[in-house]
Amino acid sequence: MKTPSQSPTQERVAIRTSDVWKSYDRGAIPVLNGVDFEMRAGETVALCGASGCGKSTLLHLVGGLDEPDRGQVWVHGEELTQRRDVVRFLRHEVGFIFQFHNLIADLTVEENCLLPATAAGTNRTQATERLHRLAERTGLTHRLRHRIQTLSGGERQRTALCRALMNSPKLLLADEPTGSLDERTSGAVFELLLELVKWEGATLLMATHDRGLARACNRVVEMHNGRIHESS
Amino acid sequence: MIFLRLILLNLWRHRIRSAISIAGVTFSVAAMLTVVTVLQGAIGMFSGLLSSGAEMIVFERNVSDLFFSEVPAASASAIAAWPMVAHADPVLFGVVSSADHPIITCFGVTREDARIRKATWLAGNASTFGQHENEVVLGERAADFLNATTGMQVPIGHEMFHVIGIVKTANGFEDGGVFMPLHAAQTFFHKEGSSVITIKLHEKNQTAEFKAEVKRTFPNLIALEDAEFSRTYSQFKILKATAWAVGGCGLALGGLGVANTMIMSVFARIREIAILRVNGFSNTQIAFTILGESALISVSGALLGMIVGIVAMYALKLIPALHGYVDVTIHPMLICVVVLLAFVTGLTGALYPAAYAMRIRAVEALRFE
Repeated sequence: MKTPSQSPTQERVAIRTSDVWKSYDRGAIPVLNGVDFEMRAGETVALCGASGCGKSTLLHLVGGLDEPDRGQVWVHGEELTQRRDVVRFLRHEVGFIFQFHNLIADLTVEENCLLPATAAGTNRTQATERLHRLAERTGLTHRLRHRIQTLSGGERQRTALCRALMNSPKLLLADEPTGSLDERTSGAVFELLLELVKWEGATLLMATHDRGLARACNRVVEMHNGRIHESS
Repeated sequence: MIFLRLILLNLWRHRIRSAISIAGVTFSVAAMLTVVTVLQGAIGMFSGLLSSGAEMIVFERNVSDLFFSEVPAASASAIAAWPMVAHADPVLFGVVSSADHPIITCFGVTREDARIRKATWLAGNASTFGQHENEVVLGERAADFLNATTGMQVPIGHEMFHVIGIVKTANGFEDGGVFMPLHAAQTFFHKEGSSVITIKLHEKNQTAEFKAEVKRTFPNLIALEDAEFSRTYSQFKILKATAWAVGGCGLALGGLGVANTMIMSVFARIREIAILRVNGFSNTQIAFTILGESALISVSGALLGMIVGIVAMYALKLIPALHGYVDVTIHPMLICVVVLLAFVTGLTGALYPAAYAMRIRAVEALRFE
């Protein structure tokens, strides 16, 4: 469903949530309590807040992995709960990066990165070309045939970054992408993340505890008790 | 390619479990193949024994077992005289016992019977058969288990018989049996006619005419072609059904093994399935990896089972006591049916695990790192 009467400005809205509520355990654990949020296409936004404040849940709702109890989530002008092709949305419009990488350990870097392309049925040659371009930018070219178990934490997260960008999504959702890395590696990976987002012309919504990294984003949004409290 | 890699990867990760599962299917398929082939071989032999050198068989209508069939001697003589009939050989079947052998099949036949004419005579010769009523010819295996040679007296039932020859046939039942002159067998079993008449016609295209003539002239008899007899004889139907039922049970057990393996497999990789889902894999694609894994287990098991089954049958064939009973001829159709059944059973066993995998929600599986 398209958002009603979109103005030229609204056309560039990447994400909009309106009065979004979400709870777990049949309402016993409220997580989001009426979240209203908006970000423009091409923007990088850091979601900050204490553990359990609802950052990850908001990312899951925006990424189509979960549905709100109440309220609406629009991504690129389409309301997610109305979309019947969530699989297509996951394949082409959004990429995820997780704190603990979520890579398949027994597969190689190349195979992990090609998973989204395989799911989407992308031509093998095109997918491989795309992978090599991404691998070059992330410094993983020499590691493509290596299994995940043999990689360092930073390399794993760079692999996850490659995989998330494989199908050229316009929206990147990162849940504590540097949370499992040391300070030095974390800075390098985050720098790479921002560089790639800019290179791809994508939008980045990132949940993080690291306020230093958050400040490098266009905007920092504070969450507290399932609500957006301030935006700077 | 990555689908195949994911399937193989999972089999390799749990290789002992996969191997046990493949072994389950292997033994199920081997059991099914062996049981069905041996029983079909036995049926084929029994059928061949009835129709030795002939193409039709005449017996008493509505009897459940040929041992209870009685064709009057006058009917046999009349049928033998029909112009379309080249040979009509009455055969009387009987079962007797001796001291250590509770079941010995007896064949009451004439000297002209193909069993006598076409047999390989290991001792004695066909020309002496039927001259005296107390003389018998033994099949090779019967001579072996009765420890008899030509010239000896052997106890059969309550009487002693003089062995005048030993024959080798391709048929296990005949090889383990005793051939008596028809008149001697009639006296021995207190019957006046024979159990069946095997018929060879001058022209094969006269079968319909022959059947109609039998029906018209002898309403209490029935004439069937060999293939028709094998198809309709109730004993054969029961044996075939039993073979498939026993084999099917074995295969079902193998299928349960596959189902168990696949359930364990899905439970062990909930997180991996969630990762696939986040990366855009559809329900169908996820189910494909589960069903593919199961199909690979089933087909590998079926192929190995075929090899084990064939080896087992050759091993059985080497056992002297089973000589002639085991027919190792495996029909291509049987192979196709067994592989298809194994495949379908494996896929059926993977349906619930695949459905479970399709219900896995990425958000729940990934929430707890």
